[in-house]
Amino acid sequence: MNVLHYVNAFFSNDAYWQGYDGIPTRVSEHLGYTLEALALAALIGLPVGLVTGHYGRGGNALSLIATAARALPTFGLLVLMTMLIGFGMLPVMIPLVVLAVPPILVTTYEAMRSVDPSPVDAARGMGMNEAGILLRVELPVALPMILGGLRSAAIQIVSTATIAAYVSLGGLGRYIVDGLYQRDYEKVVGGATLVAALALATLALFWALGRLTVSAGVRRSN
Amino acid sequence: MNRFFDIPSDLQHSWAGLIGLHLREALLPVLGGLVLALPLAQLCVRLRWLYPPVLWVTTVLYAIPSLAFFVVLIDYTGQTEVTVMIPLTVYTLVVLVPAIVDGVRSVPPETLAAAAAMGFGPVRRYAQVQLPIAVPAIIAGLRVATVSSISLVSVGTLIGNQGALGNLLHDATIYNRPELAWNAVLTMAVLAILADVLLVGVRVLLTPWMPSGTAGRGQGRGRKEAAAR
Repeated sequence: MNVLHYVNAFFSNDAYWQGYDGIPTRVSEHLGYTLEALALAALIGLPVGLVTGHYGRGGNALSLIATAARALPTFGLLVLMTMLIGFGMLPVMIPLVVLAVPPILVTTYEAMRSVDPSPVDAARGMGMNEAGILLRVELPVALPMILGGLRSAAIQIVSTATIAAYVSLGGLGRYIVDGLYQRDYEKVVGGATLVAALALATLALFWALGRLTVSAGVRRSN
Repeated sequence: MNRFFDIPSDLQHSWAGLIGLHLREALLPVLGGLVLALPLAQLCVRLRWLYPPVLWVTTVLYAIPSLAFFVVLIDYTGQTEVTVMIPLTVYTLVVLVPAIVDGVRSVPPETLAAAAAMGFGPVRRYAQVQLPIAVPAIIAGLRVATVSSISLVSVGTLIGNQGALGNLLHDATIYNRPELAWNAVLTMAVLAILADVLLVGVRVLLTPWMPSGTAGRGQGRGRKEAAAR
């Protein structure tokens, strides 16, 4: 097997386990970009989705914004931003955040809208204020779907953060871009394997997060 | 900005030619993905245990960065359009399979029982009852897949100018002409939005029984019902 042979050669090469181009360094850089982009996207997407979903207004405007953001090509945006701003972290973060906001925004809105209205009415009847209803009634019920949106955003970022290497930054994309220009397939396949493994780890992390944060009652009714 | 449409001659295409190329490279994979996803989703509906592993496999395949996927495929298919289109086809599955499965599962059991009572066999029931009811969910999946496919084609520029409009990005950097990058980004965005609007139109045509304004809410309800089962 061609590809498996490359994977094996990459991971058994001692040179890839140390120094600034070693696997530990590149993985931690990649995780850093991913977390930063996901945090920024969640900071924008979650509050807007929660509030619009709670009041049930602005759904059409929201889906327009999400469609427009999805329509912007990530790689094109990276090249354009690099030409306009210059090299650095910002031209990488802009495309990644634009990529991650739509799934978070749309899923959060849909999750809040799909909450059963009767417990919400009951909470309001008992005199709970709007913030209490949003945070203590709707949010726990909507949480599984909201986590699903964050998960798909996270996986897209993990896979796409490789483009940072195209504009001279680090991360696992380094192996893929360098391997491409050096005609070193071992490096390319090794880098791709690491990214896929990171995506699997992300899936597992969100599964565990769901286990920890979603209340047992909500989980049973699903 | 007056050289906005002045396409460098090394691309060997006019602006319209690049658009045609781009649409072909982006839309054929979506079509291929749909052809693969329909039977795969039907299998997942029939055999419940199959669905989680299929989701995992499509997610892992989706996580492989496009550039790495292209580079590995060059060994087999060369620096051609096909090398760009195979990964794009694979990527669409992660959206299309769950969309179709959710859509088909959201068909109420009473409706299926009614179809069976009217003497529909499994094939007719699938084609004339389940698929039409699943159309809104399938189109919602197709919209996401199409838009992301149009955006991803541009990465093909890195494996020897196979990125259609994305090739403008490469030329923008080597000739230092930012207006070409603007052209690429804006044209791709407009193409994606047009494709999206077109698909919404197709849904309205295919589901005359649904009020056209409540697409979002209908989807939400479908998804919740699917999750509740």
